[in-house]
Amino acid sequence: MTKLTFPFTEEKIRALKVGEEVLITGVIHTGRDAVHKYLHEGGQLPDGVSLRDGILYHCGPVVMKQPDGSWKATAAGPTTSIREEPYQWRVIRDFGVRGVIGKGGMGDKTMAACKEYGCVYLHAIGGAAQVLAERIKKVRNVYMMEKFGAPEAIWEFEVEDFPAVVTIDSHGNSLHAEVLAKSKAALAERL
Amino acid sequence: MSQLHDSLVELIRRTSAEIPDDVHKAILTSLENEKQGTIAANAIKIIDQNIALAKQKSQPICQDTGSILFYVDCPIGYDQVTFAETAREAVTAATKKGYLRQNSVDSLTGKNDGTNVGPGAPAFHFHQHRSSEVSVKLVLKGGGCENVGAQYSLPDDGLQANRDLDGCRKAILDAVLQAQGKGCGPGILGVCIGGDRATGYELSKTQFLRRLEDRNPEPKLDALEQDILKTANELGIGPMGFGGKTTLLGVKICTANRVPASYFVSISYMCWAYRRQGVTLDGQGTIEKWLY
Repeated sequence: MTKLTFPFTEEKIRALKVGEEVLITGVIHTGRDAVHKYLHEGGQLPDGVSLRDGILYHCGPVVMKQPDGSWKATAAGPTTSIREEPYQWRVIRDFGVRGVIGKGGMGDKTMAACKEYGCVYLHAIGGAAQVLAERIKKVRNVYMMEKFGAPEAIWEFEVEDFPAVVTIDSHGNSLHAEVLAKSKAALAERL
Repeated sequence: MSQLHDSLVELIRRTSAEIPDDVHKAILTSLENEKQGTIAANAIKIIDQNIALAKQKSQPICQDTGSILFYVDCPIGYDQVTFAETAREAVTAATKKGYLRQNSVDSLTGKNDGTNVGPGAPAFHFHQHRSSEVSVKLVLKGGGCENVGAQYSLPDDGLQANRDLDGCRKAILDAVLQAQGKGCGPGILGVCIGGDRATGYELSKTQFLRRLEDRNPEPKLDALEQDILKTANELGIGPMGFGGKTTLLGVKICTANRVPASYFVSISYMCWAYRRQGVTLDGQGTIEKWLY
């Protein structure tokens, strides 16, 4: 297991290889369908949000307001990333994102952006909402809640030892492409 | 609040937070099959920890608490209108308690009012029967796995799939290949051969009401189910598409009559976070027994 700690500098990110398991510690932000479309269309990040040397998490969490007014993430697994494929490359380029956490992998455009700008795709375990929520130590803030609703808002989380697997690295390698090619060949033999 | 209301909130809580025993057992078996130390085995370990934690904390197994599908078997004369009204209120109450995410979006305006109730949400499937029993089954089906469902119209030239069971096999295995990584595998397939487009999909989902270990009473379908399960697990797709031995945990297939011009194979994919539970209710709406 490789420890990956904020700030997620280009040097740390370039050192990661496909298949490597990591434990992430530091500040991350969520962003999913509505946020990606908005940023791709030229929308600006709200004041106080910076993704530079940061990690963007494809996640629509269940977050409950506590009696003292703070928030607690009670279920927070990844959502399917491929829906952000039309937009992700530009978000990586324009906002300096170094890591994208999600599930299911992403396509060629994102892979190319990872290589060019120094970013990785980190696959979290889909459906593991409780294990992953436990690793969110603090909900620091929420942005664009009014505009997009709770699952689609930008949540700022402080995470500790958040587990993920590097499935697209910054050197043009993709575990998804590898498994797809092998499984296609295996199926062809069995038809 | 009525007894029925309280029973339905409890049904929702347990469905969202507790994986059924048959599914948990299949997941544990898959962990034995994966090679220790691989990312596939580690993924299943996290899944298993997640199952325990969700149950212990009474919180959603997965944050996508899904489309809410009620299957109600009831006697003739049962008041379905009151049931549906009460179930909608129970869904909203369960959302406030955090058993369900605010998960229902107006498709026209994009607004999410946080209630989980709106046109078509939750969905109800009522079936009358001649027995006096009232049973309510609930499936919470996440969007990630719903998005990888597929419907094939045979013959399919690209797949060289004809209008026979071998053609169905090709279509189903193609769906498994296409779904890799995206539907939170290891997955479970519900399939309907035949029907029109809408009933085909609807019946494919009723297959998720079957227990994983059951066997299809129709020998040809049973053979197809076993063959697809075995073949899919030889493809090396594995949990989450990381590579590995466990691509599917189960395959369930039914048929429906078709018109001569149509031959649909409708495939619904269920993620490992297979949330399905059911209860029987007495005349007051109190839970008599749990079905899974």
